Amino acid sequence: MNTDTKKEKGAFGKFVESFGLPRLLITAFLLLLLILAPIVGADLPTQITNIIARFSWNGVLVLAMVPMVHSGCGLNFGLPLGIISGLLGATMSIEFGFTGALSFVMAILIATPFALVLGALYGWLLNKIKGGEMMIATYVGFSSVSLMCMMWLVLPYKSPNMVWGMAGKGLRTTISLEGYYIDVLAKFLRIKIGNFEIPTGTLLFFALLAFLIWAFLHTKTGTAMTAVGSNPTFARAAGINVDKIRLLSVVMSTWLAAIGILVYEQGFGFIQLYMAPFYMALPAVSAILIGGASVNKASITNVIIGTILFQGIVTMTPTVMNNMVHMDMSEVIRIIASQGMILYALTRKTEGSK
Amino acid sequence: MNEHRKKVQELRKFREGLADNPAAKDIARTFAKTLLELRNIKKDFFGNQVLTDINLTLGEGEVIGLVGENGAGKSTLMRILFGANMIRETGGYGGEVILEGKTVGFSSPFDAIEAGIGMVHQEFSLIPGFTTTENILLNREPTRRNVISEIFGERLDTLKRTEMDERAANAIEMMGVDIDRNMVISDMPVGHKQFTEIARELSKEQLKLLILDEPTAVLTEKEAEALLASIRGMAERGISIIFITHRLQEILAVCDRVVVMRDGYIVNEAKASETNVSEITKWMVGREVADGGAAPEVRINEDAPTILSIEKLWVDMPGETVRNVNLEVKKGEILGIGGLAGQGKLGIPNGIMGLYQAGGRVTFEGREIPLNNPRQCLDSGFSFVSEDRRGVGLLLDETLEWNVAFPAMQIQNRFLKNYLGGLIKWRDEKAIKEVTDKYIESLAIKCTSSRQKARELSGGNQQKVCLAKAFALNPRLLFVSEPTRGIDVGAKALVLNALKDFNRENGVTIVMISSELEELRQSCDRIAIVSGGKIAGILPASSSVEDLGALMLSQVI
Repeated sequence: MNTDTKKEKGAFGKFVESFGLPRLLITAFLLLLLILAPIVGADLPTQITNIIARFSWNGVLVLAMVPMVHSGCGLNFGLPLGIISGLLGATMSIEFGFTGALSFVMAILIATPFALVLGALYGWLLNKIKGGEMMIATYVGFSSVSLMCMMWLVLPYKSPNMVWGMAGKGLRTTISLEGYYIDVLAKFLRIKIGNFEIPTGTLLFFALLAFLIWAFLHTKTGTAMTAVGSNPTFARAAGINVDKIRLLSVVMSTWLAAIGILVYEQGFGFIQLYMAPFYMALPAVSAILIGGASVNKASITNVIIGTILFQGIVTMTPTVMNNMVHMDMSEVIRIIASQGMILYALTRKTEGSK
Repeated sequence: MNEHRKKVQELRKFREGLADNPAAKDIARTFAKTLLELRNIKKDFFGNQVLTDINLTLGEGEVIGLVGENGAGKSTLMRILFGANMIRETGGYGGEVILEGKTVGFSSPFDAIEAGIGMVHQEFSLIPGFTTTENILLNREPTRRNVISEIFGERLDTLKRTEMDERAANAIEMMGVDIDRNMVISDMPVGHKQFTEIARELSKEQLKLLILDEPTAVLTEKEAEALLASIRGMAERGISIIFITHRLQEILAVCDRVVVMRDGYIVNEAKASETNVSEITKWMVGREVADGGAAPEVRINEDAPTILSIEKLWVDMPGETVRNVNLEVKKGEILGIGGLAGQGKLGIPNGIMGLYQAGGRVTFEGREIPLNNPRQCLDSGFSFVSEDRRGVGLLLDETLEWNVAFPAMQIQNRFLKNYLGGLIKWRDEKAIKEVTDKYIESLAIKCTSSRQKARELSGGNQQKVCLAKAFALNPRLLFVSEPTRGIDVGAKALVLNALKDFNRENGVTIVMISSELEELRQSCDRIAIVSGGKIAGILPASSSVEDLGALMLSQVI
């Protein structure tokens, strides 16, 4: 009776099915941009360097989606909460006077307890509203950002590198990391050939975290997490404490987001406060969706492919377009391209059956 | 249930009588006039042959019963007949369909309807807010012109209500049943919905061939009887019928001929009056299947110690409320729990296993088991095969390996490799594959590999995976709830045998809950009947169906 579903396909068909047609089209578009770049006069090695750099900044933030997706809590629209923990770590590390590579290590260490506590509260909340996680997560993210907008002004930061020059209190919107941990990972084993550059250290750091997540998903608890996401009733019938596993996944996601923003900052060179975290969740969500993840299935491969594709399109489109029309519209095009990608990614969000 | 069986048998006797009576020979006719002929029908889906050389003729007014296991090709064949789009989209079919002497090739179901073929599907396609009459004549209503429709076109014609009523009444009468023509569909019992569907087909004047795809699956026994009677009535009026069902008794009762399909072939055809259930079953599955009747070896050991005792159990399971159950399960037995739907038999295992809120006292091997805590039950050596296979029983999107090994891994720390003194518990893929392969082999699970997704298996094979999962826990007490629901005859026998073997060879006590009395009588040692949320009585499995049936109805609320 079900024989009609057993369709046999050629090798090409199988490849398209496993890789996914949308991803194939996006890859083709990215390749087209890469081919066009030298023709319209953009420097290809610089462009590729840009893509790799942006991948290295954003990789961990996208990776932060994975644990929550696995436990069935959906996409972590509450990413800003983790980012805020990271920002607290970053600013406090500077405030306490750490510099250089040590300031990065201390930022991670200080951010961790914040991420654990906030993550646990966030997880507790998500356990109360099963089924509507993504909606609530979005607003948790938004409201925490707004709360912190006030806190950045009120908290007693003193470091002259961070506070407003005139008032002597209240943190600035953008804080330069010069002298602190700018490029601290990227510098490590950096490969440089002409205009072409690979931030080896950042990539290795991402690889390390990705490996840890991959390894975690192969342990007993990791297996339970995937099962909870796949069918919570099954997991409960198998004696799993579903709420505990979900809480763990939220804490992990939040912590990864905190680390993710620190990695982002060391590459970007600045700490951005106030409304900046507001806009961090959607690109990460889109990247993992474009990478082929669904609301309750995501793999490390999805993270890597998705981040490369998303960041690739977002960096390449403005450059190529600018060079084609000879007019500086890069900001406009960047917004159109990135928001367009987000919109597209959200429309192809697939809810794995539960 | 029993009563139903008797009625069906009576009907069958009546028909056999017709066949024997020379005067009635023309009723059990020879079908001189051929309505439909299928010649060498072939169909493949992308090289996967699903129908091979199907040859079939159908006389005018003949009723044929089409049987076969799930996946035998019945549905595909009917789709070809009905001109389903899906057939054309997948490359059409080979061979010829000849209707009334002319080769036909329907390009859509509308053409098929035009040519006089009607089909009643398993799922209803009715408008819930409309009455029976409106549904029967939907879009074919007799109409009258009026002022508005003169201006705006015929879509605004007035309906001729009286004529509609008459035509609906005629169609309903053709079935020989009585349903309310003015009742709204959403208020109807399922059976009446089914009749409305059939009446809609009958009301089409050109109807010559009616295809019924498992029409009795959703009906109560009374309704099924009425339907069977109406099938005969329709045949008398010269309509040919292809009747697809899993209930072989019904086929024997109403059909002139039985056609058995297996793996895309017609393996056998026989006059319904010259064959029997076990013969058909044998053709269907290509192997012997244990016939009905009580278990060949019912073992009742009065001295066996009590392994599980349930006192004053209540369970708040919607639709299956357990009120006050006291029950003792003896070590090593297979205890059946039967009862009508909604009387609470399903609530017992679900409550004990902690899936629904429950209260009372459950003692296992002398130790009290805390309720509402699935983990504690599993730790004590219970295991549960849920009746809700897809909802509770399986990780549909994961591999068979995960499905089989998951509970054992989580509860008993098996299939894990320990590193750093147990700090890291790594999944042992090799051990998982081994255990899965073992069960794939011993339970004959049909799959491409142990890494196939559970969703892709058929119902019967999914059920076997659920069993494998429970067996892999090495339980001391196994609850099995509705083990054969929704699976075909062949898989049914395999599942029941696997349970029996597991009990006999490993000495595992099994509590089996099932709505099918026959199945309980075949597999169990004792049968407890639940009625009104309480145990109405416990009888040996060798007791007669009548005695068990009487208990079922004793305390119904």
